[in-house]
Amino acid sequence: MEKLTDYIIQIADNSLILGQRLGDLCGHGPTLETDIALTNISLDLFGQVRSYYQYAAKLMGGDANEDTIAFLRKENEYKNVLLVEQPNTDFAYVITRQFFFDHFHWLLQDKLQQSKDETLAAIAKKSIKEVSYHVRFSSDWMKRLGDGTEESHQRIQQAVNDLWVYTDELFHMTEADQEMLQNGVGVDLSLLKDTYYERIKSVLEEATIEIPESNYFQKGGKKGVHTEHMGFILTEMQYMQRTYPNMTW
Amino acid sequence: MTLPEPYIEDDLREILDGVSDPEIPVLTVLQMGVVRSARLENGKAKVQITPTYSGCPAMDVIGDDIKKALKENGYDAEVELILSPAWSTDWITPAGRTALEKYGIAAPLEADADKEALLGNKRIVKCPQCGSTNTILVSQFGSTACKALFKCEDCLEPFDYFKCLK
Ligand SMILES: [Zn+2]
Repeated sequence: MEKLTDYIIQIADNSLILGQRLGDLCGHGPTLETDIALTNISLDLFGQVRSYYQYAAKLMGGDANEDTIAFLRKENEYKNVLLVEQPNTDFAYVITRQFFFDHFHWLLQDKLQQSKDETLAAIAKKSIKEVSYHVRFSSDWMKRLGDGTEESHQRIQQAVNDLWVYTDELFHMTEADQEMLQNGVGVDLSLLKDTYYERIKSVLEEATIEIPESNYFQKGGKKGVHTEHMGFILTEMQYMQRTYPNMTW
Repeated sequence: MTLPEPYIEDDLREILDGVSDPEIPVLTVLQMGVVRSARLENGKAKVQITPTYSGCPAMDVIGDDIKKALKENGYDAEVELILSPAWSTDWITPAGRTALEKYGIAAPLEADADKEALLGNKRIVKCPQCGSTNTILVSQFGSTACKALFKCEDCLEPFDYFKCLK
């Protein structure tokens, strides 16, 4: 049971932290339409997170609820991948981070639809419809920026080069992943890897973006070891609950 | 895809038909297809609702509005949020689609046509103001997650298009 909650939280934390990052852009998007799009994606992710955390809280029992899980953990208790905590450097980074995550997210949800765990399967069946729109949005923008102006091309290439090192961690199997795979609840992430790189490479090619060749990858988030950005995200996100414990709207 | 018909007890139908969607007030929660069942058990009303989108902020309000409406009609109510089967735009009733169009929101197309429209490949979304299909996509995401923003090139009005979700 404990591994199941670890598993649920590990999946949900990716959406929470990415959703928080996108939420920062509310009112700051480069155009009104992209601002609305990114915050809508953020809202989809938060909606999915709520379903996961509510389920995890039910399994944990006691005083746990979706808010304590979201707001009252310490940094090393968050198990999101390093990719999603990377900053909103510029629009190219925002789109590239989204693009790298969306394709993984879709493949994961696609497989989770067949999970032996009914709740996880139900959340996946619901989420994948939304994630399909995210994939389309971010892939479309990769092409527009890559095949756009000289400046947009140069910036998106830079973002791809910088964020590439965070893609491999998406497929790392934690103990929770291993155990959930064995009992038919989880997904074998290593089997998604080839399709993932095929799909993103095909979009990058169409976008005339060069595919990085580096074999060096960063990891740590799934074990709770985060980059320096994570502390800042949590400080802002947890501020209200830490300052006014148990406050509600 | 076959549509699972929601089971709505006759005594509760009329009451639920008076509860509107907080974001699209011309539509009732029944026309929207978010009420999946409504039963009377020992004098207590048990209602199951399902979200359109996971992050739909209207769901909490819909649950409260349903409870309130039932209470006013003398029923104690319990509202449960269910995720499965996942909501689909096919669950918007024909009357609901008509109400959407009248309100100025283009009703969802079939999945394939929807994709073509949202990729900007084909001009097929009908302007709810003038009926022209000479319309262009402005943004894949509109005022809420369930809508995209379009503009009519004939009457020049912008409008929301309810995206297909299946
Ligand atoms: Zn028109």
